[in-house]
Amino acid sequence: MAGADHHHDHHHGHHHGHDHDHEHPRLGELELRVKALESLLVEKGLVDPAALDTFIDIYETKVGPRNGAAVVARAWVDPAFRDWLLRDASAAIKSFGFEGRQGEHMVTVENTNQVHNLVVCTLCSCYPWPVLGLPPVWYKSAPFRSRAVIDPRGVLADFGTTLPQDVEIRVWDSTAEVRYLVLPQRPSGTEGLPEAELAALVTRNAMIGVEQVVYPPRNAREAAE
Amino acid sequence: MNGAHDMGGMHGFGAVRDEPEDDRFHGEWERRAFALTLACGGLGRWNIDRARSAREQQPPAQYLENTYYEQWLHGLEVLLVEEGLVTAEELRTGKAVVPKPADVVPIHADRVVKALQQGSPYTRDVSQAPRFAIGDTVRVRVDHPTGHTRAPRYVRGRTGTVVLHHGAHVYADASARGEHGVAHHLYNVAFDAAELWGAEAQDGAVHLDLWEPYLERP
Repeated sequence: MAGADHHHDHHHGHHHGHDHDHEHPRLGELELRVKALESLLVEKGLVDPAALDTFIDIYETKVGPRNGAAVVARAWVDPAFRDWLLRDASAAIKSFGFEGRQGEHMVTVENTNQVHNLVVCTLCSCYPWPVLGLPPVWYKSAPFRSRAVIDPRGVLADFGTTLPQDVEIRVWDSTAEVRYLVLPQRPSGTEGLPEAELAALVTRNAMIGVEQVVYPPRNAREAAE
Repeated sequence: MNGAHDMGGMHGFGAVRDEPEDDRFHGEWERRAFALTLACGGLGRWNIDRARSAREQQPPAQYLENTYYEQWLHGLEVLLVEEGLVTAEELRTGKAVVPKPADVVPIHADRVVKALQQGSPYTRDVSQAPRFAIGDTVRVRVDHPTGHTRAPRYVRGRTGTVVLHHGAHVYADASARGEHGVAHHLYNVAFDAAELWGAEAQDGAVHLDLWEPYLERP
C-alpha cells in the first residue's frame, strides 16, 4: 500500500456546503450501536482491535487520491506510460505499488477534446480504492447515483463544470469488479511544469470525471481574485 | 432485487454536494463501522457479493433513510447472525454468550497490509468460448430476480453494443447465493443515451459491465 497521501490544498472552496451532509439525526444511537458491536466482537475474539486501527490508518492517511494523481501526471509526461496505462491499466498502476482490494481489475478511460468520461456506481459505491482511496460521501449518495446516468451534464454543472455541446459524454456505471479511472486532459500552460507539480493539479474529482483539471489551480485563482 | 439501491435514472434526490478531498470519515462511528466491516470480511465467511446483497435486502424506505455506513453496519449485523458468529440476543444485549467457532480466526494487524495488497482477483478460466464479440449488438434480458443481481433496471430490455471483453469473471448473482466457482464472460456494453432515456436524452452513452447470462441477441 505504497504512496503517501497528505495533501492539504482544498481545490473546492467555492462549493463546499458539506457540513449539512454530515449532520445525522440518529448519531447518538449509531455511536452506541457501533461501540456495542465492536466490544462484542472483540470479546468474542472475532476481531483484533489493532487490526481495526490499521485498516483505518491505511485509508485515512496512506491510500488516497494523491496515488491516482501521480499516475495521471506520469501519463502526461511519458507517452509510453500513457499507452501502457490505456492498454493494461492494472499493470501500469501496479508499477507504482498501487494494487489490491477494489483495484484488482483496472481500466483507464481517457478524456479528449471529443470525449469526456464520468464514473459512477448506481447500485452501490464501487470505486478504485488503490488509486483514489475511499469514495467521498457524494459519490455514494442518491443524488449522484441516480442522476449521473440520466443527467450527466446536470451533475457536471453541480461541480461548476460546463463542456461544449459537441463533446460526447461517456458514463461508466461500475456494475462488476472492473474499476475505472479517468485520465483527465492536461491543461494548457503546464508545458514546463515538473511531474510533481502536475500531480498537485490533479484533483480526485477530475479522476472521477466531474471536473476538468485547471491551471492555475482554483485555489490559486481565488486567492488572486 | 428491485430495491432502493438500484437508483440509476431516479428523479428527485436534488443536487450533488462536493466535499474536500481530505474528508475521509465523518465521525468516529464511521471509522469503526468501516474497519469492523473489513475485519469481519477477513474472517472469510462471506464474499463481497453476499455482503452487497445483505446491504440491499432492506425495506426501501429504510435504505433511503440510511447514510452509507449504516448500510454497511446493517449488512454486517445480518451476515454475522446468518453465519452463527453472533446471535440476535448478543447483538441486542452487547454481551457475549456463545463462544465463537474454534476454526474462525480473526485477521491480525500484521496481516492487514498484505491482505489489502493482494485483494481478491475475480477473473477465472472457463472452458466456454465467449458468445459475443466486440462490436456485437446485444439486448439485456428482462429478468427481475428477487436475489442479488448487477443488471440495473434501467438497462433491462435495452439494446447496446459490446465494446470490451473483460474475460470471465466470478458471476455476482451466483456468488451472492454462496455458489462458488461460477464464472461467466463479462462484457462492457455501451448504450446510447437515447436508447435508455428516450428522445429528450442528452447526447452520449452509458457503459455497463454485464455478464453473459444477462445478455441475448436482439
